[in-house]
Amino acid sequence: MALGKRRPGFSRRAQYGLFAGYVIAVGGALFGLLLLAIYFIDPRGFQAIRGAALDITAPVSSAGRAVTGFIGGIGDGVSNYVRAGSQNARLQRELAEARRELLRRQAIDYENRRLLAMLGLAREIGDEVTVARIVGSTFDSPRRLGTLSAGSSSGVQVGQPVRSPDGLIGRVLETGRWASRVLLITDGASNVPVRLVRDGTPALAVGRGDGTIELRTLEVGQNPFRRGDILVTSGVGGLFPPNIPVARVSGVEGDTAIARPVADPARLDFAIVQRIYQPAAGAGLDAASPPAPPPGAPR
Amino acid sequence: MSRIAGSETEVAIRDLRRRFVPLLSTLAAILLILLPIVAASPWLPNLGFLLLITWRLLRPEIWPAPVALALGLAADLISGAPPGQSMLLWTVAFLVFDYVDSLLGVRDYWLDWVLAAAALFLHGLAVWYIALLMGSETRFWIMVPQLALAVVAYPIAARLVLGLDRWRLAR
Repeated sequence: MALGKRRPGFSRRAQYGLFAGYVIAVGGALFGLLLLAIYFIDPRGFQAIRGAALDITAPVSSAGRAVTGFIGGIGDGVSNYVRAGSQNARLQRELAEARRELLRRQAIDYENRRLLAMLGLAREIGDEVTVARIVGSTFDSPRRLGTLSAGSSSGVQVGQPVRSPDGLIGRVLETGRWASRVLLITDGASNVPVRLVRDGTPALAVGRGDGTIELRTLEVGQNPFRRGDILVTSGVGGLFPPNIPVARVSGVEGDTAIARPVADPARLDFAIVQRIYQPAAGAGLDAASPPAPPPGAPR
Repeated sequence: MSRIAGSETEVAIRDLRRRFVPLLSTLAAILLILLPIVAASPWLPNLGFLLLITWRLLRPEIWPAPVALALGLAADLISGAPPGQSMLLWTVAFLVFDYVDSLLGVRDYWLDWVLAAAALFLHGLAVWYIALLMGSETRFWIMVPQLALAVVAYPIAARLVLGLDRWRLAR
């Protein structure tokens, strides 16, 4: 296709039009850069418009979720690994249930021992904000963000932990009226304080963006993780309630350990939004908005 | 379909189709992000950007650069990317394509493929880097499957766009 210089003949008007187009384009690109910079400095500045966009687009995902659930499985298989065939489904279901029970018991066991050691310091949080569905996620960007079919009208607030019966999924990043965006624990910006169920070693679970999690210990020089180890939230930091299963160690190399999340967002239908463990921890996040009334009783 | 429009309405419909098929098809590609798929890693290329540059490469005359700005804004809002990301990257891609066109004059299919692959690669790199700036510490290799797919995707996108284009201009 011959183009030469893109000059629309000798018409002054057409030339000015083309020039104006370039001015708008360059100006717009710079404006985009400015928006990025503003978002980098203060992500909450765009909360209103992004929440509104989320509200408009989330029902589309929500409607199709049940029908095309298996497509997610295909996509997941492409990126992760080929899963077992359908004849294994029943066995897998039973195994998952048994594993869930095992995790719970291991966590309870550890908790018991700890409680015996220092009486009365543990706190149980059972209150959930709402139950919603994970209806979609990014699949073309390096960020791992999910869309949740519940928003501020159901009491969802920025920072609240999101979990499934299996384990931790992530925390709320942005809210609209009827939908919200969840930072999954596999995202590179997600840091979850965890501890090893086996002996209580504290660590930090940092997402790697590809469906796995990197475990960083706070101790230097030794790698306490073994293949198959289970990690649960430690409650440090006050955001996540303790003893939610987070990940299972899948490989150990040198100083780092790689783990896979226990709760696979692609597989689950429902997610539970919980209150922030210690509301004071969310106060920093909510600095821009008036503080919400403390959930439940003041602690 | 008869080759001659039978009524004023039919003329109007054909005119609308001729004008808006590129825009609407690109918007549809952007909206594909809303498919209820929950993925563990970024394995699909950015379909909106893919279709946008395919239209741009095959039909350079239909869109001035500001169109990319508007579509980028739509993409940012719909996909939940950092605001301004697609506005910046897509407009810059159009400006670069305009510059390349003014340098080369003539492009063929293979060169289009190379240009599209380069654009998708740089787009992926930029998106990854912006995510890094926003605090998401990931390694670049998580983008590799997506970029490999992107290179393969251009011929498919080109066939789709050419098919739409033929339908758009059909008499």
